[in-house]
Amino acid sequence: MLLELKNIYKTYIQGSMEIPVLKDINLSIDEGEYVAIMGPSGSGKSTLMNIIGCIDKPTEGTYLLDGYEIEKCKDRELSAIRNKEIGFVFQNFNLLPRQSALDNVGLPMQYAKAGKKERRERSLKMLEMVDLADRVNFKPTQLSGGQKQRVAIARAMVNQPKILLADEPTGALDTKSGEQVMQIFDELHQNGVTIIMITHSPEIASCAKRVIRIIDGELYEGTDAPKKHVASEQETPAEDTREEKEASEEEQTSEDSEA
Amino acid sequence: MLENIRLSFQGIWSHKLRSLLTMLGIIIGIAAIIAIVSTIKGTSQQIKENLVGSGNSNVEIKLMQGEWPYASGNDTRPSYVPVVDENIKAEILAVDEVTGVASYRIGSMYDGINCGDIGLEGVSLIGADPDYLSLAGYTLTAGRLFTDRDYDRYMKFAILDATAASTVTTGESPIGKTIEIKGDPYVVIGVVEQTDTFTPKITSIEDWETYYGDSAGGRIFVPDVDWPMIFGFDEPYNIIVKPRSTDDMTKAGKKTADILNDHFTNTNSENQGENGYKYRSQDLLEKAKQMQEVSESTSRQLIWIASISLIVGGIGVMNIMLVSVTERTREIGLKKALGARKSVILGQFLTEAAVLTSIGGLIGVSGGVGLAYLISNVAGMPVAISGAAIAISVAFSTVIGIVFGFIPSLKAANLSPIDALRYE
Repeated sequence: MLLELKNIYKTYIQGSMEIPVLKDINLSIDEGEYVAIMGPSGSGKSTLMNIIGCIDKPTEGTYLLDGYEIEKCKDRELSAIRNKEIGFVFQNFNLLPRQSALDNVGLPMQYAKAGKKERRERSLKMLEMVDLADRVNFKPTQLSGGQKQRVAIARAMVNQPKILLADEPTGALDTKSGEQVMQIFDELHQNGVTIIMITHSPEIASCAKRVIRIIDGELYEGTDAPKKHVASEQETPAEDTREEKEASEEEQTSEDSEA
Repeated sequence: MLENIRLSFQGIWSHKLRSLLTMLGIIIGIAAIIAIVSTIKGTSQQIKENLVGSGNSNVEIKLMQGEWPYASGNDTRPSYVPVVDENIKAEILAVDEVTGVASYRIGSMYDGINCGDIGLEGVSLIGADPDYLSLAGYTLTAGRLFTDRDYDRYMKFAILDATAASTVTTGESPIGKTIEIKGDPYVVIGVVEQTDTFTPKITSIEDWETYYGDSAGGRIFVPDVDWPMIFGFDEPYNIIVKPRSTDDMTKAGKKTADILNDHFTNTNSENQGENGYKYRSQDLLEKAKQMQEVSESTSRQLIWIASISLIVGGIGVMNIMLVSVTERTREIGLKKALGARKSVILGQFLTEAAVLTSIGGLIGVSGGVGLAYLISNVAGMPVAISGAAIAISVAFSTVIGIVFGFIPSLKAANLSPIDALRYE
């Protein structure tokens, strides 16, 4: 068992209102699994992902990751876990705009206090893996969306983590770029990396070997989900993806102007 | 660390105008301090150079009444004040720090000296002993100096300095002319010039009094043996000693004054008090130092004011760093998600603040140096750039960055990764 969530609750407090986001989540994932998390917007799947990624803490419940009891970990240990055990891929890439692809990829190694030479070598290898060896010194602004996401994947994998967390990795990409990303995920999966991915697209989700759904903060394995939700899911994603695509495009432009 | 510094430069460069405005307070503060320190150092160096460079390190030991020199030319020598004879001079010469000694008497004459119809006003009449002229650094430019024979025979000869000579005659040589001192005719036998001229920087009336007050109209030298004939009474002597080196000036002066004071014949006279007479050394270097201290204390206040500008500048840096942290919340969140520890984020922002203020400090230093030269050109004040002041200023501006950057950096370091990542 690589990770195990037991009775996880997450409640946000907004003014005097308590908004439950996750309700009694129980989930265990083995090493090497390829899991897709689906669900409508606002269902709490991103929150679940953030808890798994140790950047958010549950209000209640226990979380075991590779033997660590996360809620007992200190800030310092959490940083080390995020650095070595987990790789993050975001929908909007989150690359540092002023730094080259190579420097972006090397960032997690810098936090792991790796030597400069080693950092460079491994970063180069990672960029080769995602087929961007010819874009090493390009800044994110000079790269296409698909290329940016591949840089982000190289960054996520540079410290050879066991888990790759991807929050809608293809959400801001065209179909062709999305396919390239999924191909890389497949390769990583074959190499034994545990992949947990949020997606709206059933097509993308079908790449995964296991699908879970989060609906109104509750977790359903595979096709256990109530019928009406599964049905509505077919309509919402298209809309959702478009909206988010626009949002991320806006972000890109603002990042560009800043740079 | 180097990585952080490189990133800081990148960040600062990408916000050129904002960075410059942020640094402005630091730049102004540091520039002001450098300029002030440079003028202080310049003035003090010039005073010293003038003294040392001129070779005029002679120390005068004058008879003083309280704070004031003995009112010469008006009164007879107080009976307990010794006559400075050869024995006393020999005693003074025996002092380690002294290499030469001469005695003289001086009187400021506002009238009573004339050459035909020309009055010599404001001239100093000096009764010189045979060693005085050479010891005080005078060299002959025309005619001859006093000889032993002149002293033996109480000759009524006079020697003029350049200023007095130019008053007496225009163009032609004054040698052989007769000047009247209190009605007595004196024949001019020579003209001298003080070769080792000490030309101090005159910036105030006090300075003028110090250096030229007693000799604005020039100097007329007569053999000191003629003195009682002119004034009708015996006047106390002043002493001039030549110290071994410039550093010995103060010691030579004090020791000489002690010897003279030991020769006073009254041991418990009421005259020893505040209004009593006493020999005291007039050390130019010490005087210069006193003057300088006054100007330095003013400058120190200026430095305090400049420091306030530094604090204001520091607050400006803090403000911008807070803005910068807010702007880069997402970046901070990302870095934390990738495993950056608190200390990494703290270090990154502290480095940025320190680099920012250090650049400000460097710009301020060059601005200050420029300002100093501008002052020296426009106001004619001497400046000397102090390497130590530059080093301290830059170091201090770095410290300002660290101190005022600390709160914003801590704020960045304590951001929770999820809040930071979600920040819009």
